[in-house]
Amino acid sequence: MNKPMRRVAVFCGLLVLALLLRVNWVQFVQADDLQNDEHNRRVNIERYANPRGDIIVDGEPITGSEETDNSDYRYQRTWVDGPMWAPVTGYSSQAFGTTQLEHLNDSILTGDDDRLFFNNTIDMFTGEDQRGGNVVTTLNADAQRAAFEGLGDSKGAVAAIDPRTGEILAMASTPSYDPSSFAGNGGEDEDAWVALNQDEDKPLVNRALRETYPPGSTFKVVTAAAALEAGVVDDVDTETDSPEPYYLPETENVELGNQVNDGRCEDATIRTAIQLSCNSVFANLSDRLGNEEMRETAEAFGYNEEQFIPVRADASAYPEDNRPQNAQAGIGQASNRATPLQMAMVAAAVANDGTLMQPYMVDQLIAPSLNVIEQHEPEEMSEPMSSDTAQQLQSAMETMVDESVIDTGELSDVRVGGKTGTAQHGENNEETPYAWFISYAMTDEGSPVAVAVVVEDAGVARDDVSGSGLAAPIAVDVMEAVLAGENEG
Amino acid sequence: MSSTSTTTVSTGGLPSRRNTELAMLVFAVVIPILAYANVGLAKDETIPAGMLGYGLGLGLMAGAAHLVVRRWAPYADPLMLPIATLLNGLGLVLIWRLDQEPEITTSALGGPMAADQLIWSTVGVALFLAVLIFLKDHRILQRYTYISMVVALILLASPIFIGESVNGARIWVQIPGVGSLQPGEFAKIVIAVFFAGYLMVKRDALALASRRVMGVYLPRGRDLGPILVIWAISLMILIFETDLGTSLLFFGIFVVMLYVATERTSWIIFGLLLSASGAVFVASTNAHVGQRVDNWLNPLALENDGVTETAQSMYAFGSGGLFGSGLGQGYSRLIGGIAAKSDYILATVGEELGLAGLMAVILLYALLIERGMRTALAARDPFGKLLAVGLSGIFAIQVFVVAGGVTGLIPLTGMTMPFLAQGGSSVIANWALIALLLRISDTARRPAPAPAPSPDAEQTQVVRV
Repeated sequence: MNKPMRRVAVFCGLLVLALLLRVNWVQFVQADDLQNDEHNRRVNIERYANPRGDIIVDGEPITGSEETDNSDYRYQRTWVDGPMWAPVTGYSSQAFGTTQLEHLNDSILTGDDDRLFFNNTIDMFTGEDQRGGNVVTTLNADAQRAAFEGLGDSKGAVAAIDPRTGEILAMASTPSYDPSSFAGNGGEDEDAWVALNQDEDKPLVNRALRETYPPGSTFKVVTAAAALEAGVVDDVDTETDSPEPYYLPETENVELGNQVNDGRCEDATIRTAIQLSCNSVFANLSDRLGNEEMRETAEAFGYNEEQFIPVRADASAYPEDNRPQNAQAGIGQASNRATPLQMAMVAAAVANDGTLMQPYMVDQLIAPSLNVIEQHEPEEMSEPMSSDTAQQLQSAMETMVDESVIDTGELSDVRVGGKTGTAQHGENNEETPYAWFISYAMTDEGSPVAVAVVVEDAGVARDDVSGSGLAAPIAVDVMEAVLAGENEG
Repeated sequence: MSSTSTTTVSTGGLPSRRNTELAMLVFAVVIPILAYANVGLAKDETIPAGMLGYGLGLGLMAGAAHLVVRRWAPYADPLMLPIATLLNGLGLVLIWRLDQEPEITTSALGGPMAADQLIWSTVGVALFLAVLIFLKDHRILQRYTYISMVVALILLASPIFIGESVNGARIWVQIPGVGSLQPGEFAKIVIAVFFAGYLMVKRDALALASRRVMGVYLPRGRDLGPILVIWAISLMILIFETDLGTSLLFFGIFVVMLYVATERTSWIIFGLLLSASGAVFVASTNAHVGQRVDNWLNPLALENDGVTETAQSMYAFGSGGLFGSGLGQGYSRLIGGIAAKSDYILATVGEELGLAGLMAVILLYALLIERGMRTALAARDPFGKLLAVGLSGIFAIQVFVVAGGVTGLIPLTGMTMPFLAQGGSSVIANWALIALLLRISDTARRPAPAPAPSPDAEQTQVVRV
């Protein structure tokens, strides 16, 4: 009986060996994956075990952490002026995850980042709990407030950039949401979350980065830049060879009408065409430049590519298209779609004499000990036009503002350039058009701010929708706020 | 039988090794006490108040067991009692540690369980002592072969008729005033006694009266009868009680003992074929078992948008990593419900003691199994050999099936980790199992009685003058 018995014993040994191999597989080979699996609640328990680091604007935290009596998650995220800052911070919810800056800088905010190892080790020896680092943003609180309050109850978005560096100064999106309302994991948080997700106005979407609109007439700045750079037009004061009425190419007399029908658009100079927003002139220029040329210029401004600031912004689109479509794309319609951030970049490139700086919103990551872990240096992104072209465009855009009804208020002592837009929306323009305004302010030391504002729906009659009426006052407020800060500083 | 060729069988006077056992027992008691203190320090930064009582209880149990072994089974294996004590002690600490989590210690879930488990452990040790004191020789059990069969069948079948279904498995019997009982835990020992007695008598017929077909010895039809009956019964358990674990254990141990008794490999092949076909049949027809197989194939898959127990236990293992979070600092409570303390107790070991701790625990079981197998090899009588190999085999299969199920090596079955997991029936039955193994090992290692003095020897005695 001993021989089979020994075999049974060996077999039992093999069973044990199989178990040992399996636990090594699970707890060593697979350990990292299992530990960081999205459904592993420990990830969130760790995330909220200590007060989370803060997101800083102008030296003040716009976030906080409060202790809760929740058994799993000790701390809960709080926000100062949540709805205003939500498009910047994103949310950090115990039940529903994290987004945007809260997501991208999670390891810094929780203190788990490898670069905080030294701090954590010291904290361990001094008996302190792990602390999170802070994220210092480039935003300007006054500009953000001006943008958010300017949008008010309308649907829309604002993006403001410092053209000299690419720093994002304001990024507002309305209707917004209060991330505090679902930061926990209780029933009320769930209700708030469900309601926000079901809201037809999509408050959770950051319109400044994640919504693309037809840019309308504001895109004419890009078309003008392309025409000047390609030499199709010598300068902004040279008459363009533009017929009126203008018929779309390759069509059976489909006329592209103008807002101003008194003949002033015929052979208008770029300055005049920008001022009067002549569709005929720019559609014709776009057609003469061709789809490829137009696309290349648009791409130099940042089109057709997602931007990471570091939060991801959707790619604006200037696709390959046929002649009539390309002609319309040249006036910001048809297949042309842009994010508010993209149009702010267009204004910024013009304001910065043709050099487009890479937009960014995180200036520094700092450890709890206040040591700087990472410092963002401004970077040049591209040069969509020469400085000569840029200065000519500045002059044209400034004429546009000077000759318009836009009240530049306290900005009278600086140069302000801009371009309005009223983009058609829906099949045969049946829905409320989008009101656009892109602009910049220029001081003697260059331009400290460029803004793009889009108002989707302000609840006004459609004949009252205009870039200068709805969008421009918001842009002016934002620029005023930035300049007020500049003068103090 | 080829016992003459073994070196483990000795007629000489082996050292009793009782002092070794005592030294090991000290470790087996001190380690859980330190673990207990560790949990308290990690959770509340104080030495827990119950530590003295717990330590005394465990120490007294171990001490009493040791004294009884010293008196009634002096030549028994020195390692089994310390290992069982250590595992039982660690189990108590783990259950007490999980009692500290309010979410899984609500009154609806039965409240704290460590105190009850300590009482059940005491009952288990008492049964252990009783077996050693009153069962002078394991061969006495041989007389009760067929009674054992009847008792085993009654125990196995009882949940079908008077049981209740818990978590899809019908393996519990309610006894008023005592609580619920898992008859399967006791049945496994009784069935080993029956198989050992039955096979000892029939093994020659089963081994010799067979036909050789294509190099494999096939048993005669009439000898095939019993194995088919056992197979049918284990399938019935599977179908009516949906208890994959007990069924596997039951059939597996029969095949192992049959193989050992007859030395015919054909039984193994035959047994594997039968159990595989039975398992496939049930897995594809029974929803509960099929569900378990699904969970095994996709451990992390969500169910109704929720994380399954299987996934939670995998997360616990993974989060433990190499060295674990430390006792009291893991989140195995996320497994939820009472399962964290019973079926999934190894997940707590894995998370809080890490891969290192889990391997140590598995090796403790391995060592216990190895001592059991050694006892079987050393035993001098066929009944003792078969019983010892059966009991150790039961232990081995149970450890493999539970640990393999929890770690995702095989589909999960509703059995509990011997000694470690919460459950009165299990701890009592396993102490009795250890007692039987100790009794066999004592008989095996006991020095042979000195030969009777012969008159001739007297006469040729050298007389000093």
